[in-house]
Amino acid sequence: MSEEKRWDFSLFIVLLPALLFIVFLFIYPFLYGLFLSFTNEDGGFTLANYGRFFTDNWELRTIGITLWIALPATLLNVILAIPFAYYMRHGIKSEKLITFFLIIPITLGTVLISEGMLTYMGPHGWLNQFLMAIGLIKEPFRFTHNYLGVMISVILQGFPFAFLMLLGYVSGINPDLEKAAQMLGASKAKTFWKILFPLMVPGIAIAFCLNFVMAFSVYPSAVLLGQPSGPTRVISIAAYQWSFEKFDFNMGSAISMIMAAIELLVIILVFIWRQRMYKGASIVGKG
Amino acid sequence: MQKKLKLSGILFFVAIIIYLLNVSGILFTVILNSFSKNWFSGLIPKFYTFEWYHYLATDHDIFNLLGLTFSVAIAVVGISLLIAFPAAYAMARREFRFKGVILSLFLLPMIIPPMAYGIPLAMVMYKSHLAMKVIGVILVNLVPIVPFMILVLQPFIEQISANLESAAKMLGANGFTIFRKILAPLTLPGILTAGILSLVKTLSMFELTYLVAGGKTQTIIVALYSDAYAAGFRPIQAIDAMAVIYFLTAMAALVVALKFVSPTQMVFKVK
Repeated sequence: MSEEKRWDFSLFIVLLPALLFIVFLFIYPFLYGLFLSFTNEDGGFTLANYGRFFTDNWELRTIGITLWIALPATLLNVILAIPFAYYMRHGIKSEKLITFFLIIPITLGTVLISEGMLTYMGPHGWLNQFLMAIGLIKEPFRFTHNYLGVMISVILQGFPFAFLMLLGYVSGINPDLEKAAQMLGASKAKTFWKILFPLMVPGIAIAFCLNFVMAFSVYPSAVLLGQPSGPTRVISIAAYQWSFEKFDFNMGSAISMIMAAIELLVIILVFIWRQRMYKGASIVGKG
Repeated sequence: MQKKLKLSGILFFVAIIIYLLNVSGILFTVILNSFSKNWFSGLIPKFYTFEWYHYLATDHDIFNLLGLTFSVAIAVVGISLLIAFPAAYAMARREFRFKGVILSLFLLPMIIPPMAYGIPLAMVMYKSHLAMKVIGVILVNLVPIVPFMILVLQPFIEQISANLESAAKMLGANGFTIFRKILAPLTLPGILTAGILSLVKTLSMFELTYLVAGGKTQTIIVALYSDAYAAGFRPIQAIDAMAVIYFLTAMAALVVALKFVSPTQMVFKVK
């Protein structure tokens, strides 16, 4: 089959709107941000913005704070999602209902979940009343306005996302492979580790990356449920404050660029892991 | 063997139920609080009232807010379709040089955190005097939606046999007629799926709208955040009443969406 690889006029026309869109609304702003981050207020070249970020501990620690929320939350979400997706791989009773309820937190978004958590998990909320009623705690436990609150909201949002993504992958694996392995005498555990898990690796890698994007740019819940002026001052808050409270767009852009760089670094690491696990040998397994 | 299977089943359902109880707990406290008068302690409020909804209608201009939110969402979905459909068509049908590069460019907005590209984007919007206006809000919301739509539409177009188009072309149909008579009707399920999923996504899109919207051009989710952030400025029950209204609109869109797609399609899939 000889495929036409050349660009012609009609191809150019159908791609044009999307190309214009990506150039003007994504690439140009991003390069503009990159440019701003390397300039001072008068437009001269400088590294001072990055210098200030990396020498000021108040700013620098936002990286640690954000990673300390995003990495455990993402890992936990994906690791929890694997057995759940595995369990539901051939479909179970009331699957529709379960997935419907799981999709709700994704649909509602962080703002509503954070708003609701403030009351539900607050000192007089149902959760504390329940835990006190069954005698697990004596005094109301502080779930909100701290690290834990932000963490819970990130998990509530991220888990369904990771789960549904992995479910999509695992139910696409040909069930005959599993049967064949078992017929040849492999145990359940061996079948999982030798057959299913390697086939799930691409899905796990992508679920991890996308979950990490969400967790790493956590903003509304870090403000509403955390202590935005201290322990949960995440990197998005720093970028927002410099840009729209202090109106130092150069510094704000520098922090945005650092965010994007860290995100890309994590994605590259995940894909190196994926490459080592997957090796592309088992593509036949996709049914 | 049989016993082991049962244990994992029990674990599975216990975990799911704990998760669901907490999510519904969060939602029901918001709903109950929005109808309550001074609910500070006790299991449920003692007195109920509609006054917070009345407050929203009179003091908060909830109808304008909803109208604007839906106009923005519908405009975003419509414009995104116009941009994404041709691109998805090219990706599904043609092989061309730099295809991989262009596809990765289209996907980039999905892997960069919205706050990271949103801040420079908002600066560009302010510089070109588009920020604080409805048009600016629509433009920034296109950024994550167009790539998402391309991803959703591409497999739908791949499913249609290319022979249909060649046959039509041989019979003398031009590009537009082929689109109107063949592509559009056959990809209608895909267009509906992409449209409704994008509508749900746009309704809950927070960061980008938050960065460019002004007081009069914010969508309901941004208004909700601003009220919650400035706690004390408005009564908490009124904030919860607004949360309930947002919840109802988002749920209505979700229920419609689930008529067309399964939940696993709501989180997209990359090959």
